[in-house]
Amino acid sequence: MNADCRPALTLRQDTVGALAAMQAVFARDMKVAFRQRQDLLNPLLFFVMVVTLFPLGVSPEVSFLREAGAGILWVAALLSVLLSLDHLFRHDFDDGTLEQLVLQPQPLFLLVLAKTAAHWVLTGLPLVLLTPVLGVMVHLDGNSIGVLCLTLLIGTPVLSLIGSIGAALTLGLRSAGVLLSLLIIPLYIPVLIFGTGTVASAAEGAPVGAYLALMGAFLVLALTLAPFASAAALRISLSNG
Amino acid sequence: MWQFFHKLGSPKWFFGIAARLMPWLLAGGILLLMAGIVWGLAFAPKDYLQGNSYRIIFIHVPTAFLAQSVYVMMAVAAVVTLVWRMKLADVFVKSVAPVGLVLTFLALFTGAVWGKPTWGTWWVWDARLTSMLILLFLYGGVIALDRAINDEKSAARAVSVLVLVGVVNIPIIQYSVEWWNTLHQPSTFKLTEKPSMPAEMWVPLLLSVLGLYLLFGWLACLRMQTEILLREQRTRWVKDYVLAGRG
Repeated sequence: MNADCRPALTLRQDTVGALAAMQAVFARDMKVAFRQRQDLLNPLLFFVMVVTLFPLGVSPEVSFLREAGAGILWVAALLSVLLSLDHLFRHDFDDGTLEQLVLQPQPLFLLVLAKTAAHWVLTGLPLVLLTPVLGVMVHLDGNSIGVLCLTLLIGTPVLSLIGSIGAALTLGLRSAGVLLSLLIIPLYIPVLIFGTGTVASAAEGAPVGAYLALMGAFLVLALTLAPFASAAALRISLSNG
Repeated sequence: MWQFFHKLGSPKWFFGIAARLMPWLLAGGILLLMAGIVWGLAFAPKDYLQGNSYRIIFIHVPTAFLAQSVYVMMAVAAVVTLVWRMKLADVFVKSVAPVGLVLTFLALFTGAVWGKPTWGTWWVWDARLTSMLILLFLYGGVIALDRAINDEKSAARAVSVLVLVGVVNIPIIQYSVEWWNTLHQPSTFKLTEKPSMPAEMWVPLLLSVLGLYLLFGWLACLRMQTEILLREQRTRWVKDYVLAGRG
């Protein structure tokens, strides 16, 4: 890894409050990501390719795609978030930034939250923005595409948050990638069920308020609890090495 | 009370207690399980709708019951590991996770066998079945993570975090049959109400549930003993124990 791609993180003690520290972590992660643009593009390309597999592999029939389209897009988005999770802490772990982060006086869970937020902005959000295009390609109608984007907008942050726990737990392990998927996919299933359920209900013309409220509840739950779990997991993984 | 608590942290003390408890657990477990299953299979009345096929309930419900409550026990032990760093709690989680996996698999398997004659299909993507399948995956994840980390202490703590995160699934399994209107029938036993089946059916069922609990206790003790011997193999008391056994 090119060293000058990765600016050092400076959070001086006492003078920097928790919020400012979160901002600094967020800004640094963005900067690092934009210096290695290919890493940003890869999950998106993966997303598009997985979606392409279904019409070619199963059936290009409009009726099938209209029915399964939302599920295909959700599964592809889920897999592509899963694929990008390995990067969340890995490079910082390798070059020692993570240890510095743990040593900061600011609470670690807030810094983890900032990192996760950066991860979502860099992977989840682009997926949501790409969804309308792919939605048209799998023949979803306008209303379904709108609802699908909304569910992904609420759902992908949950995926990033839950994923951060798995990424922190598997840090520095051999075959971390497969293990990460094994640990995290079971926890993703409820989000997937409600995400696709919302779109299916919208396609039938039923109200989706209750579904969206439940997904919002998932987001609030993940937002409040996941950073603590990942912070704890990070400390464990760092003491491991 | 506190002395008891501290003693629980000592693997050697637990090893002795387990050795004394195990014959009782085994005998009680076999007795209750035999009573429950023989009564249930041979003497309990036929179901008016399902005929004899419902009798698999005497195996299905105990395994499903245990599969969930083993996870809850693991979660409690995980809290103890994270908060008090108690060695035995983590021995418990490690020894019991494969047992939970097998129980969950048995619950799913007997459920499938039961589903074929009653629902006409081995498997449906029903809320209860799916959440049990997730439980199976969670057990698998716990075991995989434990095996992947070489350092014993970090493995214990990492696994504890994972177990606690997965605990959100337990209320979902428990209430799935009430929240969603699904194919799977509601729970047989509830704390607050009388069972909806006649006593000739639920008493043997309760017996086999309790019997399987005792049997699980025995198995947990056995596996924990093995794990303790492995971990403490360099200590004096293990050496003495092994040498005395060889006599």
